[in-house]
Amino acid sequence: MKTLDIIKPENLVYKRTELMTDNTLSYCPGCGHGTAHKLVMEVIEEMGIVEDTVGVAPVGCSVLAYEFMDIDMQQAAHGRAPAVATAIARTWPNKYVFTYQGDGDLAAIGTAETIHACNRGENIVIIFVNNGIYGMTGGQMAPTTLPGMPSSTSPYGRDTCSTGSPLKITELVANLPGVYNVSRHAVHTHKHVRKAKKAILKGFQDTRLRKGLTLIEIVSNCNSGWKMQPRQSNEWMEENMFPFYELGDIKVDGKMINKK
Amino acid sequence: MAEIKLMKGNEALAEAAIRAGVDAYFGYPITPQSEVIEYLMMEQPEKTTGMVVLQAESEVAAINMVYGAAGAGKRVMTSSSSPGISLKQEGISYMAGAELPAVIVNVVRGGPGLGTIQPSQADYFQSVKGGGHGDYKLYVLAPASVQEMADHVEDAFEMAFKYRTPVLILSDGVIGQMMEKVQFKEFKPRWTDDEIYQLHGNWATTGKKKGRERNIITSLDLKSEKMEGRVHRLMKKYAQMEEEDLRFETIKCEDAEYLIVAYGSSARIAQKTVDLARAKGIKVGLLRPITLFPFPKKQLMEFTKQVKGILSVELSMGQMVEDVRLAVEHKVPVEHFGRTGGIIHTPEEILDALQQKLIKN
Ligand SMILES: Cc1ncc(C[n+]2csc(CCOP(=O)(O)OP(=O)(O)O)c2C)c(N)n1
Ligand code: SF4
Repeated sequence: MKTLDIIKPENLVYKRTELMTDNTLSYCPGCGHGTAHKLVMEVIEEMGIVEDTVGVAPVGCSVLAYEFMDIDMQQAAHGRAPAVATAIARTWPNKYVFTYQGDGDLAAIGTAETIHACNRGENIVIIFVNNGIYGMTGGQMAPTTLPGMPSSTSPYGRDTCSTGSPLKITELVANLPGVYNVSRHAVHTHKHVRKAKKAILKGFQDTRLRKGLTLIEIVSNCNSGWKMQPRQSNEWMEENMFPFYELGDIKVDGKMINKK
Repeated sequence: MAEIKLMKGNEALAEAAIRAGVDAYFGYPITPQSEVIEYLMMEQPEKTTGMVVLQAESEVAAINMVYGAAGAGKRVMTSSSSPGISLKQEGISYMAGAELPAVIVNVVRGGPGLGTIQPSQADYFQSVKGGGHGDYKLYVLAPASVQEMADHVEDAFEMAFKYRTPVLILSDGVIGQMMEKVQFKEFKPRWTDDEIYQLHGNWATTGKKKGRERNIITSLDLKSEKMEGRVHRLMKKYAQMEEEDLRFETIKCEDAEYLIVAYGSSARIAQKTVDLARAKGIKVGLLRPITLFPFPKKQLMEFTKQVKGILSVELSMGQMVEDVRLAVEHKVPVEHFGRTGGIIHTPEEILDALQQKLIKN
């Protein structure tokens, strides 16, 4: 007997989406990836589009996303998910296609694929998890690493004189006409989770209108790479990441949002 | 009702792709194969057969687009020339690992580096030994005429789906650029969505239908035993290719005392050498591999009972010659002749080489 069988429907306040498999998540305890996965799966379940959805997860901590998301998925080479997704969306115009990419993947090795998929206005949703570091390979510097932030390849802190400043690729692609919605979120509190889910839902709905690409950045923690306790990493994220990577809408329905 | 046209090899390949019911082409311009994408853009098959044609931002993007569409059960192809094919290697290795059917065309130019835009056959090693990283091979077809540039498209897709593997058409600047008569087959319709669900719904990412497990396209196995199993599965396919799908042609070999082995444009040139030699009373035959993997190893071994020597002729400093030597296990002398850097050898040069390297000593 499962827990759900003994709970009366009127007493049920939370149910795990059926689109997450029973496999144990490979993510470090406290990492935001699991929550981000769940949100995407909830949206697909609620929209009832599992039969017409294809996901693409490239190399990064979430390379095994297909172990956890109970949908058809392709694993892509490092950085190339937008190209892979482009072809699926072009050859199956009635499908919902999304990518789930890290910041090293999307903003370093895959910059060209990202920008050009955005510029062509591919009808796909990009879920961009920005944890300011290369998680999978053991905490090296990413293009998004904050100034002064230590990593295994910037052990004395990121020196912007020699490595450049953190790349706000989200703001950059928002300016492209092919991009329809751009927003930045977090998933470490209920409030943030609700907002992020709404944006993901809108993104999936808008691909049906064939208006172009939706990019949703999720600023997340990498407690292992940052060498912090999970809770401490969330506090550090609020104090350091959020002032630089401001949360909120950047472009909605093709219109840039003016922030004063 | 067969139509006969006068066309460049590259154009014939593009036209054949439309007629073969190909779903998508993704490419990036590079000489000497840009006519492929130019022809497709001009013909606009999107409006007739529904074939998608897209100019990608790079060869890297193009091959990953091929990966995506192939993984979703579509008939998809790309073409490029040597430096572009080098860029595609990571993607090709991923496709071999993930067991994806697709067709890749290399209209070879001279290298290394930026090299020359003139024809060459110096990408043989890259094509038949793997090319990218890891334990894999491609099924490799080597057209020697504009007609074969057209015919090999459908043949390549047949093999790609029979074995669920990437297939390479290894052409060169001569075959791609020259004009010849070509006869096209009837139009073959693209698969409908329902046909794809039926044919490939058990492995391709077409959307998880009720009652089936999710389909996953991946080349990743973190457990070594599983990874070894995957590679063994690939090796089984390659063994089956050697059994069932080897292709080659022999020309004037019945009474030959010397054998030339050549593929693609070199085979065309060497055919003339055979006639020149025979006019001089030297009995020469030509073995033309049509597939470079699988390679006609057993057939070459058979010839060691008949011929006094073998000359491997390639537009390179000698690559296929290594496979010829391996095949004949030193039973007869094997020599190489070839010009490189974009220079095309003449039938007379080949005959001279044959006489000097094999007959005089
Ligand atoms: C061509 C290539 N280069 C490098 C790697 C090694 N690699 C794997 S994941 C990764 C970084 C991933 O970082 P990110 O995209 O930020 O995702 P995260 O792991 O932080 O979620 C790198 C460099 C690779 N797999 N392929
Ligand atoms: S390494 Fe970082 S990003 Fe990867 S699972 Fe662990 S905490 Fe998450």
